[in-house]
Amino acid sequence: MSDTIVPVTTKKDWTSDQEVRWCPGCGDYGILLAVQQLMPELGVAPENTVFISGIGCSSRFPYYMNTYGMHGIHGRAPAIATGLAVARPDLDVWVITGDGDGLSIGGNHLIHALRRNVNLTILLFNNRIYGLTKGQYSPTSEYGKVTKSTPYGSVDPPFNPLSVALGAEASFVARTHDLDRKHMMEIFRQAHAHRGASFVEIFQNCNVFNDGAFDSVTSRQVREEMMIDLHHGQPIRFGADGHKGVVMGTDGRLRIVEVAEVGEDAILVHDATRDDPGLAFALARLSVEEHNATTFGVFRSVDRPDYGMGIGRQLAEASEKRGPGDLATLLRSNGTWAVN
Amino acid sequence: MTDTVERPTGREAETITRVVVRFAGDSGDGMQLTGDRFTSVSATFGNDLSTLPEYPAEIRAPAGTVNGVSSFQVQISDHDITTPGDEPSVLIAMNPAALKADLGRLEPHGLLIVNSDAFGERDLAKAGYAANPLTDDSLAGYRVVEVPMTSLTQKATESLGVKPRDAERSKNFFALGLVSWLYSRPTQPTLDWIEGRFKDELVRISNATAFNAGYNFGETTEQFEHRYEVMPAKLPAGEYTNISGNVALAWGLVAAGQLAKLPIFLGSYPITPASDILHELSKHKHFGVRTVQAEDEIAAAGMALGAAFAGHIGVTTTSGPGVALKSETTSLAVSLELPFLLIDVQRGGPSTGLPTKTEAADLNIAMYGRHSEAPLPVVAAYSPANCFDTAIEAARIALKYRTPVIVLSDGYLANGSEPWCLPDIASLPDISVQFATELNHTNDDGTEEFWPYLRDPETLARPWAIPGTPKLMHRVGGLEKEDGRGDISYTPENHQRMIDLRAAKIAGIANDIPPAVAVGDVEDADVCVLGWGSTWAAIDAAVQRTRRRGVKVAWVHLTHLNPLPPNLGEVLKKYPRVIVPELNLGQLCRIVRAEYLIDAKAVTKVQGLPFTARELEDAIEGALQ
Repeated sequence: MSDTIVPVTTKKDWTSDQEVRWCPGCGDYGILLAVQQLMPELGVAPENTVFISGIGCSSRFPYYMNTYGMHGIHGRAPAIATGLAVARPDLDVWVITGDGDGLSIGGNHLIHALRRNVNLTILLFNNRIYGLTKGQYSPTSEYGKVTKSTPYGSVDPPFNPLSVALGAEASFVARTHDLDRKHMMEIFRQAHAHRGASFVEIFQNCNVFNDGAFDSVTSRQVREEMMIDLHHGQPIRFGADGHKGVVMGTDGRLRIVEVAEVGEDAILVHDATRDDPGLAFALARLSVEEHNATTFGVFRSVDRPDYGMGIGRQLAEASEKRGPGDLATLLRSNGTWAVN
Repeated sequence: MTDTVERPTGREAETITRVVVRFAGDSGDGMQLTGDRFTSVSATFGNDLSTLPEYPAEIRAPAGTVNGVSSFQVQISDHDITTPGDEPSVLIAMNPAALKADLGRLEPHGLLIVNSDAFGERDLAKAGYAANPLTDDSLAGYRVVEVPMTSLTQKATESLGVKPRDAERSKNFFALGLVSWLYSRPTQPTLDWIEGRFKDELVRISNATAFNAGYNFGETTEQFEHRYEVMPAKLPAGEYTNISGNVALAWGLVAAGQLAKLPIFLGSYPITPASDILHELSKHKHFGVRTVQAEDEIAAAGMALGAAFAGHIGVTTTSGPGVALKSETTSLAVSLELPFLLIDVQRGGPSTGLPTKTEAADLNIAMYGRHSEAPLPVVAAYSPANCFDTAIEAARIALKYRTPVIVLSDGYLANGSEPWCLPDIASLPDISVQFATELNHTNDDGTEEFWPYLRDPETLARPWAIPGTPKLMHRVGGLEKEDGRGDISYTPENHQRMIDLRAAKIAGIANDIPPAVAVGDVEDADVCVLGWGSTWAAIDAAVQRTRRRGVKVAWVHLTHLNPLPPNLGEVLKKYPRVIVPELNLGQLCRIVRAEYLIDAKAVTKVQGLPFTARELEDAIEGALQ
C-alpha cells in the first residue's frame, strides 16, 4: 500500500458519479472543487483515502468523492475516524464537519481527536448557522443572532473554532475561506502533509440561511484591508502594499498599526512552530479585539507524537518482546492443573 | 505452570462433599483478595467451585459501616457444581458490620468465625449494634468461634519489626491461614503467591507470617471441634484453569481475532462491571489487539465501527447506561451492515442503579433498544467459562452476516469464576471471511461496477470491501441505500425492500445456530424451565434436586436470543407448563408468549443477586400446585 510509485490521477479520478445536491450558490461547491483539484497534486491514491463525515450540509461531502467514505452520525465523525486511523495508519483519513456537527453535538469528540493528535485532516465548514435543519443559530453564530429558534436574538456567546482547537492542543491549526480556491488548496496541502491531527476552519457562506456572514471580511471589495494572511517567518502585514501590521504591546495585547508609524522592525514575525500556543491563540482572536480584521493561514504547526503511531509502536514492541501471540500460552497464563 | 499439589498432613480431617465459605469484612480488609486466594488454591487442589464476589459501589464507604461491607462467597465441592451455594456453612466476619450484613445468610447452626478484636464499643456503634452480639446470646443459633485475629497477627509479626498498624493490614492473611487449616488446604501455593505478589519486603514477610500464624492457630487451638477435607472433584480429564467471566470474554475475543485472522479493535470507556475486559485486552498487544480508552461511550462505539469499516473486528464493551449511549451507533452499524460487537455486562438498573450488583434486565434494550426497525442478533453467556465460547460465536455471526451483535453477560458471570477445562485450540471454529476484492456487477453496456449492497444470496450479507482495495471505492452512510447499488435512495418501495431485507438477514441466522435442546425429563416433564444467561447455574442445581425428589422437570437453556432457535416453539409446546426464571420482570417470558402463544409464567427476582437454587426449586414445585 505504501508503494514508492506516486499514483498519477486527475480530478476526474476523485469525482464520484453522484449528483451534487447542495443549494445552488452554496460555498460548499468551492470547497469540493478545491479538494478535488488538490488530490491529484498530493500523489496519493483514491483507494487509500477515506472521507468520514457527520451530519449536516457539509457532511454530504464524502458522497461526492470517489474514495472510500462514510457518512456517519451527527457529531461522531472524529470518533469514527479515530477508530479507522488507529486501525489503519496506512490510510489518509479526512474528516468533514461543520460548526454545528463539530462544535455543538460533536464538540467532545473533536477536542479529544485533537488532544490525542490522531492522524486526521479535519475540515470544519463554518457557516455560523444550521443549514440542513433550515436556519437555527449555531454555536458560532454571533451574540444576538435572530433565527427561527431565537426570534428575540440568541443570548449565548459563540465559540471561536480556532480557540477551541488551540485549547485542545491541536498540533496544526489553520483558517481559510470558500472564495479563494488557491488559498484553500495551499492550506489543505499543508494540513494533509502534517502528521497528526490537522484542523482547518473554512469560512463558508450559506447563501440561503446566513448569506453574507463573512462579507465584511472576505468580499472582494474589503478583502485587502480586512484579511490578514499569516506566513511562517514573515512579519504580519496586510492592507494595500502591506501598510498595516500587527504588533504586540507592552501590555501583551496584539494591535493593528500603520507600519509607517511604528517602523518595520516593530512588526510581529509569525512563527507557526512555537511550542507555546499562546500567540497563535491571540492571533486567532484578533478580529474580536480589532474591528473584524481577521487572520488566515497556518496559525500553528508543531510536531507532536501521532496517536495511531504510538499505539502501533506499543504493538510492535509487545510482539518483539513476547513474540507473536500464542493462544495456547494465553489460556495457560493464569496457571493450570491437570485432571486425569 | 501445572502444579502438582500434595494434600497437607496433620490432625485427622473429616471428609465432607462440599462447603460454602463466605469471607466478609470492611472494603479495606482485603476480602476479595482473601476469597480469591482460597478459590485459587481450591481450584489447583482439584475441587469444583463457583464464586460470588460482592462489594459496594463506593471504593471505600465509611470504614466499619454496613454499607462498606465487602464479601466473597465460594462453594468448593468434590463433585460437579454450578452455583456459589445458597447459604454459607461458614461465615468469617472481620468486624461487626460484616456480621450484621451477612449473618442472615449463614445456615442454621453454621460456623461463625469472628475477629473478636474488632468488637469494641465504637466498632459496634458504627455497625449499628446497641449491644455486643458476642455477649448478648443473639448468636445462640450458630457455632461461634471468637478469634482475636488483629492482636494475634500483631504478636506474630512483632519480632519482624512490623508496626502494629501495618500488621493489622495482614489480618486477612491470618483469617485465610485459619480457614486453610480448617478445610485442609495446601499452604505452599499461597506462600508462593505471596512471595510473587508483594514487592515490599516487610509487607511480604508480614503477610506470610500472618498466614502461617493463622494456620498454626487452627492446629493448636481447641476451639474447633472438627477439621474438614473436601476431596478433589471427579471432573472430566483435561487441563484446567480457574477463570472469571470477564477474563474468559476477553480471551474469547483474542481467540476470535486469531480464528478470523483479523485484528481486534476495542473501543471502550471505563464502567463497572465491564472495565476488566478493557484491562485484560490491553495486556495482549502482541496478539495485535488495539485498545482505545475513548472519551465517552459514544466515541468508544464510533471508534469500533470505524475500525470495522477498516477491516478489523470492532468491539465495544460496556454496561447498561453505556448501552443506551451506544444505541445510535449500533443503529448505524445495522444500516451500514458491518460486523460490530457490543458487549453488555449487565448490572442493576435503571440508570446508575446497582453498579456492582448483577441483574439481567437489558434483554429488552438489546432486542429493541434502537430507533426504527433495527434488528440484530443477541447472544448470551451462561457461565463464566462460557463467556469464551460466546465471544467467538458472536464474532462468527457478526463476520459472516456483516451485522452488529449484542453479547449479554452480567456482573455475576463477569466477576464469578469456575474451573475451565481448556479447549483443544485445533477444535475451535474457523470464522474467517473474505474481503471483497473484485467488481461485482456488470451493467447492460458491459461496464463493471462495485455494488456495496449486492447481497450473498444465501446469507444476505453484503460484501466487505475495505479501504486500500483498488477499484472498490464506495461510500456508506446512515441514509437509506438503494438495494444493490448502495446509492442514496428515498423511494418508498426501496425503503420497504431494505427494511425487509435487513430483517430477513437476521431472521435467517436461525438456521445457522444450534436448535433448542431440552434436558431432564424430556419426554414426560410436568414443567419445563426455560432459562437464559447466568440463571443457568441455579436452574441446573434446582432441576437436579427437584428431579431427585421425583418431580418431572425438563430444562431448555437459550444461548441465542435473537433470532431464537427455530424449533423453540415446538419444544416448549410439548410441556403443560413453562416457567421462565429471569433476573428482571419477565422479559424473555414476554417474548416467548408473543412468539409462540404459550402461557409461560415468569419467575422473577431483581435484588442485585443471582437466584439461589432453593428459590428455583420452590418455583418449580410451585408451578405444579
